[in-house]
Amino acid sequence: MNKRKKAEENIFRILTGFASYSLIAILGLIILIIFIKGYNALSLDMIIKTPKGGYYYGGEGGVLNAIVGSLYIAFGATFIAILVGMPAALYINVHLVSKRRTQNMIRYFLDALWGIPSIVYGAFGFTLMLFLGMNASLLAGIITVALLITPIVIRTFDEVLSTIPKGLYEASLALGSTRTEMAFKVMFKQGFSGFITAVLLAFGRGIGDAASVLFTAGYTDLIPTNLDEPAATLPLAIFFQLGSPIPEVRERAYASAAILTVIILIVSLTARGLSKKYSKSNLK
Amino acid sequence: MILKRVIIDRLSGTWMVTALAIILMLPLIIGFALYLKASPLFELQSFSQLIGSSDWSPTNGNFGFAPFILSSLYVTILSFLFAAPMCLFAAIHLTQFASKRLIHVMHPVIDILAGIPSVIYGMWGILVIVPFVGDVLAPLLNIKSPGYSILAGGIVLAVMCIPYMLNMLIETFNTVPYGLKEAALSLGATQWETVKHVIVKKSYPGIISSFGLGIAKAFGETLAVMMVVGNMVQITLNPFEAGYPLPALIANNYGEMLSIPMYDSALMFAALILLVVILIINLIFRYFIYKTQK
Repeated sequence: MNKRKKAEENIFRILTGFASYSLIAILGLIILIIFIKGYNALSLDMIIKTPKGGYYYGGEGGVLNAIVGSLYIAFGATFIAILVGMPAALYINVHLVSKRRTQNMIRYFLDALWGIPSIVYGAFGFTLMLFLGMNASLLAGIITVALLITPIVIRTFDEVLSTIPKGLYEASLALGSTRTEMAFKVMFKQGFSGFITAVLLAFGRGIGDAASVLFTAGYTDLIPTNLDEPAATLPLAIFFQLGSPIPEVRERAYASAAILTVIILIVSLTARGLSKKYSKSNLK
Repeated sequence: MILKRVIIDRLSGTWMVTALAIILMLPLIIGFALYLKASPLFELQSFSQLIGSSDWSPTNGNFGFAPFILSSLYVTILSFLFAAPMCLFAAIHLTQFASKRLIHVMHPVIDILAGIPSVIYGMWGILVIVPFVGDVLAPLLNIKSPGYSILAGGIVLAVMCIPYMLNMLIETFNTVPYGLKEAALSLGATQWETVKHVIVKKSYPGIISSFGLGIAKAFGETLAVMMVVGNMVQITLNPFEAGYPLPALIANNYGEMLSIPMYDSALMFAALILLVVILIINLIFRYFIYKTQK
């Protein structure tokens, strides 16, 4: 009996251990493949040049248009998401602090909102675009991506804000500050690590998402100079080049993927580092 | 001075409420807009015809969504079968058995896996999974397969959903009170018995919810699946054949949708199906989680 117990214990220890180690292996495999494949095609030209004539048949050029377009869209969308998401998260934790039920209801809906797939946002962005009479453009892309990432900003920021001890804002109110002053001078400062994480998480999501910009941002070989011009994005550049029958163009898709992965890795590791750095100085 | 502060307070309060209200209204607005766009389709065909018919010929005005819905379900279920046991085991290991050092390594690993864009997963699928299915697995089973198949889609989706489900599972297991575990151990249960009879049992609702939300996530995933699944309109039970999930349908045809009558309505209807199904699954299982967290 005891032997059987021991065997079962060991088997499952190994099995569960195998599951977690294989996750590391999977990530390693993905990153390795992306970089090995990308390394051969990656050149300075890829990063500093826009596609020249005949690029899609293996000619000269790079994907600067897509890199810049992606950055424009991600920055623009993150900016809007902060404008909408930051006050919303503060409102949940400042004005609604005594109404637990409402707070939980709102969190519940926001979580559900987080689950809506980006293709639905893309389709919605497209209908909105037609409704407003816009063309596929940088602005339409920014708005669509902003809708997609705002719930992320709110919930991630809110998660940190909700852990701030109540005494802290009671003290600040007791000293005669208005709720706004309390929100921005006390809560925002205390939750700053959460804010950074939220922003970077949203930025990473925004720069990597393809389904939402597929309809709305269009695609162009030029770097957009105006909000109403179409903009190329890195994920779509990868997607389109990967579909090409010409091997050289597919190689470039691998290189573009390596560029995108590097950006994502930087964002994600910065988020970790910064949130650790800022949460250290918090009052507990 | 006081007046100025009060005015600022009022203004920012309004700004905060408006922002929150807009976001909370968003699903309704999206649903309404998509419904409005899709409504011409309902005049053409009945709802059951749209869902149940497998006749897809947009140029003739026939829109049967059955092949797409079934493909979506098939890919989703396959991915769930691959991802669920893996996540469950990994979550148990990370919350019960793993060393501090491993946990330290795993956090960024899960974060990065969750952050990798879907197009990268898709490319990885084309480079690794598609050849694996087409050149290794299919010949092994004596089946002919191009590699671009429902199975490949399921595998790629599974990898994408793992970090998402795993995070929720870890959170669930961490909420089990430590005292319960200690009680079981002090009664002479082995570590694994404690996990099996106490931890897993106690987190049952959480596990179900994580799985449900994982399924919802898989159901709406677009680009990665579309790149490896083959995109052929057919109903098949063979996982080595190509499929055509709903999100892929929308993403693949946005170019033509304005040139064929009703086509745009059909695609918006597909988006509406996705929205409604995923929102309902989310609302149900999130409710579950909130109930049990109290």
